[in-house]
Amino acid sequence: MALAFDEYGRPFIILKEQDQKTRLRGLEAQKANISAGKAVARILRTSLGPKGMDKMLQSPDGDVTITNDGATILEQMDVDNQIAKLMVELSRSQDYEIGDGTTGVVVMAGALLEQAEHLLERGIHPIRIAEGYEMASRMAVEHLDHIAQKFDFGPTNIEPLVQTCMTTLSSKIVNRCKRPLAEISVKAVLSVADLERKDVNLDLIKVEGKVGGKLEDTELIYGITVDKDMSHPQMPKQIQDAKIAILTCPFEPPKPKTKHKVDIDTVEKFQTLRQQEQKYFDDMVQKCKDVGATLVICQWGFDDEANHLLMHRNLPAVRWVGGVELELIAIATGGRIVPRFQELTPEKLGRAGLVREKSFGTTKDKMLYIEHCANSRAVTIFIRGGNKMMIEETKRSIHDALCVARNLIRNNSIVYGGGSAEISCSIAVEAAADKYPGVEQYAIRAFADALDSVPMALAENSGLQPIETLSAVKSQQIKENNPHFGIDCNDVGTNDMREQNVFETLIGKQQQILLATQVVKMILKIDDVISPSDY
Amino acid sequence: MAIERILKDDASEEKGERARTASFVGAIAITDLVKTTLGPKGMDKILQSTGRGQEVTVTNDGATILKSLHIDNPAAKVLIDISKVQDDEVGDGTTSVVVLAGELLREAEKLVAAKIHPMTIISGYRIAAECARNALLQRVVDNKENAEKFKSDLMKIAKTTLSSKILSQDKEHFAQLAVDAVMRLKGSTNLEAIQIIKKPGGSLKDSFLDEGFILDKKIGLGQPKRIENAKILVANTAMDTDKVKIYGARVRVDSMSKVAEIEGAEKEKMREKVQKIIAHGINCFVNRQLIYNFPEELFADAGVLAIEHADFDGIERLALVTGGEIASTFDNPESVKLGHCKLIEEIMIGEDKLIHFSGVEMGQACTIVLRGASHHMLDEAERSLHDALCVLSQTVNDTRVVLGGGWPEMVMAKAVDELARQTPGKKSHAIEAFSRSLVAIPTIIADNAGLDSADLVAQLRAEHHKEGCNAGIDVISGSVGDMAELGISESFKVKQAVLLSATEAAEMILRVDEIITCAPRKREDRM
Repeated sequence: MALAFDEYGRPFIILKEQDQKTRLRGLEAQKANISAGKAVARILRTSLGPKGMDKMLQSPDGDVTITNDGATILEQMDVDNQIAKLMVELSRSQDYEIGDGTTGVVVMAGALLEQAEHLLERGIHPIRIAEGYEMASRMAVEHLDHIAQKFDFGPTNIEPLVQTCMTTLSSKIVNRCKRPLAEISVKAVLSVADLERKDVNLDLIKVEGKVGGKLEDTELIYGITVDKDMSHPQMPKQIQDAKIAILTCPFEPPKPKTKHKVDIDTVEKFQTLRQQEQKYFDDMVQKCKDVGATLVICQWGFDDEANHLLMHRNLPAVRWVGGVELELIAIATGGRIVPRFQELTPEKLGRAGLVREKSFGTTKDKMLYIEHCANSRAVTIFIRGGNKMMIEETKRSIHDALCVARNLIRNNSIVYGGGSAEISCSIAVEAAADKYPGVEQYAIRAFADALDSVPMALAENSGLQPIETLSAVKSQQIKENNPHFGIDCNDVGTNDMREQNVFETLIGKQQQILLATQVVKMILKIDDVISPSDY
Repeated sequence: MAIERILKDDASEEKGERARTASFVGAIAITDLVKTTLGPKGMDKILQSTGRGQEVTVTNDGATILKSLHIDNPAAKVLIDISKVQDDEVGDGTTSVVVLAGELLREAEKLVAAKIHPMTIISGYRIAAECARNALLQRVVDNKENAEKFKSDLMKIAKTTLSSKILSQDKEHFAQLAVDAVMRLKGSTNLEAIQIIKKPGGSLKDSFLDEGFILDKKIGLGQPKRIENAKILVANTAMDTDKVKIYGARVRVDSMSKVAEIEGAEKEKMREKVQKIIAHGINCFVNRQLIYNFPEELFADAGVLAIEHADFDGIERLALVTGGEIASTFDNPESVKLGHCKLIEEIMIGEDKLIHFSGVEMGQACTIVLRGASHHMLDEAERSLHDALCVLSQTVNDTRVVLGGGWPEMVMAKAVDELARQTPGKKSHAIEAFSRSLVAIPTIIADNAGLDSADLVAQLRAEHHKEGCNAGIDVISGSVGDMAELGISESFKVKQAVLLSATEAAEMILRVDEIITCAPRKREDRM
């Protein structure tokens, strides 16, 4: 135990304040961890698939979020248990890496843990289980490569991409208008994609939302929107062929960083100071005007006087624009961000075909649209919806769809969805298990069973008989040697996912299996949990 | 093997059936709360704030009531949210949207109890909402071409909206006010150009629409009280001490005489500024910031009317209506646009003196002066008028009009009912339920008026079985009447927004099968 004896037989303590800690060891520790992991997976299980339910989360401040995005649920769940936190991490890393399949990966890990529990009870050493899982996951990933299909798409033929995005969106609340949203996402990704290098910079896609209107009013803007209005109410609301000066210095007298004082002790000083101040404002505006700018976008505020001078010289301006937006504007218009008035030159101005102010609803909400930019690579998806929660959820859904489209551009291999890939892998792993000599055989077989749990959950959520449906599909796959059969969640009438056009990305699926296996291995290897007991 | 707690100590988790029940109960409780305010005979609520002064608000505006509630139930929060959005988007129908969403959930609860999966209910509701919208679309009236008729449509809508509010006694008068004000906007939805000034005293009937602009300010001492053909300079500039804006500047002197010198210089500076302003050839100067006594005196000497401390909205509106621009520097008088108006005079409303600008350049702006017995009355009157103005300005843009008094609900319910009969499968139950929820609205209107709702709604349903029927509930006489004859109309845009938002909200709540509440954030004890 935590008590050891030195060479003279005196006890010394390794763990400090031992009685204040609870400690779980060996099999008990593993089982406790497994049950925690399973508990998390159980929460997400009902959110899987097109008929999955949503979760309502109330944050510590009382705000309500309704979502079925696995990563979001886990993020906001206020998890305390360490192992449960690992599962949260798992879903998050899937979110960062792939962006979609965050629920699936947790369900998968939960199933693996459940299977491991049975094996532990039969006395198989956790390390052997972990090794078996590792081998099985390799087989599954290879098998996925095998059954994956490449498809072709180009800037003109976006249909396959749209179909895949639709699969992602169909499990969200926005599935009512998944087709337009999928099209918007694909178009957005394609317009910022670098098809040569097969790379997509998602930072160039801004997702903005405004409460009100219908979900159908969601639009893709080839340009940028800024949630600001002109600094002076009487400035023009629309500017054609704008030349934009992007400034990060305020229209105010300079504030040197070093501490200083200007002492006024005579009348002359007072007057010169005043003149200088006036000249200063004048110079600033004049500089912008000199380089030919027709719109000033500034990160900081304006002094009243500067504001009027700008207005007076017909130079529309926008103030208090956030840093991120400023960068996007710079990218989109091909301008440079200028930190000092002295450095303003005509080359550094950004160009946009049309800048306009648009107002919404009965309140005074106004937004600035910057369109037809010199570099049209930056786009904005502008979401409208009935309420704030709807907009937030749509944002998350669009994010998923964007990630899927990006993954396809990176790697155009797909597998079929609806659980068909999992079933096919399960069959392959099961078959391979029998050939493997050694205790790992059991673990490999268990892995195959765990793979079945995803289609099983899909069937369950869709109101089908899970076991019956799964076994029927499985036998059909083996009989016809066709890996495209999956669970018919939407009650369309066919099991062939190719006909239903349900696709998922290959890398997404592979990543799911690899990540889930990794986490499960990590959890299995823990045999001692020391935690401070309740205080 | 005990399963350890996954969540933090104070966090709670409700699953499946219990989660659903919790959201149903919350949503239905909210619905029942605002239900009684629906319709022309709806009752008002008194809201007492917990803040300092325990202010009291009397209202029957759904959005206002819900906004002031402190609610813990997450599903109820969703409903409050849609009511707010309805307020922002179309301005009216804030109660109806909550009531409809609540009724949809009430029906859904029954269906869930009958073992129908929420997803099936959702897909049924969706089909039904689409069908209802189409049914309504077929019966809309669009009088865009005929200006005369359109104006009477607007009148009817305004009256219908106002009839459920405190202004119902004088709805004729106020409807006329609202329509006139909105017609002046000429199609823009910028309600900022309509200014509402509340002055306690007099009766509601004394409220009036003024075509000019009224500023709730006093004219400086010794300055002219009446100016004809005014040239106005609207400014936002410091007229007190005119600080040096260069950072870190300060005055440091070593003798009294120097202080006097600098004071003199400052005065000189102010005098110069005033001279510059007067050099614009103006006879009225409106500033957002304070004007100190000294410059005020200078203005008075020059015979210029100077108004100080007009608030931000005030000067923006003034600049808008007089066509001037807001100036902050005065060095090039030739290029500053001045505002013009025919006459500036001081007028008295009740006990207060106000400044009245009439004959302004922009014909769009106008001011509505509300009079009433008490502040509560005026606040509520303003809210009601605001609702009416919102609806009217939306209707000017989307000129489609439907009848009111429960007529649209019955038309939709009939179409949805028919659809339910044609739909095979479990969905048809949900579609039927949707139609029942729609009928609940006329039922509530009748109930609130103390009428026999069961009888009336049955009559109404029978009437609606005929083609092209215009029947609705006539609350005044307590019977079924022809809505077209009674002149009760509503804006199609409002009805559509109610239908779609309510369905969306109900769907959102139905999809939930688990509620996870995080531990409330600990407030740090401030000593």
